[in-house]
Amino acid sequence: MDRILSQLPDFFAWKNLVLLGESAFLTLSMTLLGCLIGFSLALVLVYLRTAPGRWALPLRALCIAYVEIFRRIPFLVVIYLVLFFIQTIASDVSLFSIAVISICIYAVAYTAEIIRGGIDSVPRTQIEAAQTMNLSRFQAMRLCILPQALPVIVPPAIAFAVSFIKDTALVSQIGVFELTFRGKELNNQGYSGVLVFGTIALCYFLMSFPLSLLGQHLEKRFATPRGQRHSR
Amino acid sequence: MPHLAVNAIHAKYGKLPVLHGIDFAVDRGEVVSLVGPSGSGKSTVLRALVGLTPVTAGSIEVDGTCIDYAAPRAVRAARDRMAIVFQQYNLFQNMTVLRNVTLAPTKVKGRARAEVEEEAMRLLKLVGMDHKATAYPDELSGGQQQRVAIARALALKPEILLLDEVTSALDPELVNEVLDAIRSLAAEGMTMLLVSHEMAFVREVSSKVIFMDAGQVVETGDPAAIFDAPSSERARDFFGKVLR
Amino acid sequence: MDYNFQFNVVWRNFDALLSGAWLTLQLGVFAFSAGCLIGLVGAACLSFAPRPLRWLVQAFVIFITNTPALIQIYFLYFGLPEFGIRWSNEACVLIGLTLNAGAYLTMILRAGFLSVRANEMEAGETMGLSLPQRIRYIVVPHIAKSIYPALANFFIVILVMGTSVGAVIGVDELTGQAINLSTVNYRWLEYFTVAALMYVVLTFIASIGLALLGRWAFRVKARIF
Repeated sequence: MDRILSQLPDFFAWKNLVLLGESAFLTLSMTLLGCLIGFSLALVLVYLRTAPGRWALPLRALCIAYVEIFRRIPFLVVIYLVLFFIQTIASDVSLFSIAVISICIYAVAYTAEIIRGGIDSVPRTQIEAAQTMNLSRFQAMRLCILPQALPVIVPPAIAFAVSFIKDTALVSQIGVFELTFRGKELNNQGYSGVLVFGTIALCYFLMSFPLSLLGQHLEKRFATPRGQRHSR
Repeated sequence: MPHLAVNAIHAKYGKLPVLHGIDFAVDRGEVVSLVGPSGSGKSTVLRALVGLTPVTAGSIEVDGTCIDYAAPRAVRAARDRMAIVFQQYNLFQNMTVLRNVTLAPTKVKGRARAEVEEEAMRLLKLVGMDHKATAYPDELSGGQQQRVAIARALALKPEILLLDEVTSALDPELVNEVLDAIRSLAAEGMTMLLVSHEMAFVREVSSKVIFMDAGQVVETGDPAAIFDAPSSERARDFFGKVLR
Repeated sequence: MDYNFQFNVVWRNFDALLSGAWLTLQLGVFAFSAGCLIGLVGAACLSFAPRPLRWLVQAFVIFITNTPALIQIYFLYFGLPEFGIRWSNEACVLIGLTLNAGAYLTMILRAGFLSVRANEMEAGETMGLSLPQRIRYIVVPHIAKSIYPALANFFIVILVMGTSVGAVIGVDELTGQAINLSTVNYRWLEYFTVAALMYVVLTFIASIGLALLGRWAFRVKARIF
């Protein structure tokens, strides 16, 4: 206890705070980047998964297999697989990119399920109406179905991304200078584990909690019909 | 040559056979009504015409040309000539009334938006909905939504308009506004095939009435004959229950 | 790409990976079961306890669910020795995971508690059922049915995402074993590919088992996939 107290002024020196801020920014930016790219790719995947016709059968099977398999592999294993796979095919890929790719691979599998649920929530009759008006499958999806599915998709997708901020702590294992890695470094420099990891936990909390509240707010807002939304 | 000829079509809904050889013809400018008990397959006929329910046997001809529903291109061509209005309106909830009407002409036919919007406003005026052009479907009553759905179908410039129980989902006091819109279309000479339970209306606008039961055409004739003096037992029984 | 995959090495050490998978399963099952107990107490507190206790549980849940499991485990492993509390790495992972599971399961069970409708209880009362009977025949089946899919799903999450965190502080579960073996002969890709497949097989078996259990015990039509 005395050790913690005596380390306090030194630990919260400006230099360390800047380092922590930078690492927190790195944590946030790689999560955001990975989840955004992952979400876009998941849209493509879900679209391919609903491709009609017999010729598309292998494609559909592939999409289903991807989602089923990557939801069952630990994130840490995915990180190592991506790291060593990329290192065997290319030598100059930054660790940050590897982290983003890993997050992306994972986010595709999870958000694909969220997107599929959202699209299933749009009544079939909307698709039929689009069909009889001769809209193409892509037009129907982009103009009619997806805009109606988004209010159902976005809140849980945000919830996923927010909760994934915490899971990115694992990329500290391959040496990305994000929050957790910085924490281990400070701990190795001799700062108290309680002090260091308590502070790091607080940093994660300050990122995760407000964003999860925002997600809940959006969910409530999207749940109200448009007519009532305007009047408020 | 009839505008639309339906020859001995069979269809299944999932695995259940619902149509067992339906025959009828609609002449140009004619209004033909399909009537009969629920589950008799009236709506399935309309769905088959626009390629939503596959036809397992028989043929459908528009202007003497047989439509091959196995070929996507032929189905598109058929949908170009026939537009359907659904019982549940099926307006796109994420778009304004105006955008619902202009969507297909701009996106499918590739026409200029300004020109299409002008025309859409004319159609909305025809169904008395031009004052709600910027509203969203969930801000409208059922009758209003159905009138917009009719305008949306007309914007496709169909030769034949298919109306599937367009008043069934409406509150009684909203039925007439939709029927008025259909009346004015009939007066303009639009070929129409409609499924309806509004017997008085059917009698008023139709030039021919087809009575269906259990996936078959039981009786065909002009409205007066079929309502007042049905020749078959089943038709007598049905009209005896619904007309009084 | 001129990489030669050599899986022979992996097969030679396959029993080490198998023992890792066994530890993974044990960790998962223990953390989940102990977490269920915490969750049950937590959810009961949120529903019935006086305010200060309710706030305490709420704070616990919010704090745990908004910080990484890895940091919680680091805290136990690197932080607590400063207070003279020294636990083995396995104990730290187990306790960390249990607390984590406890917080999430509190939320899941709480949702289940909220799903019991008052009119069902009243219906039971008018039929002359005593309180224990009402709990036994109305409340428990209802809650079980409404939260079983979420519980089954969370078990898979703990089994995969949860236990693998242990590898980071040197617990020899499946991921840990893959790391250990790879550092000996540098066949990272091979070991991790096989480990990944083992996770897939393990969770598939677990999913199917849970779906069958749900069908048999609670008449829940849980999705296997």
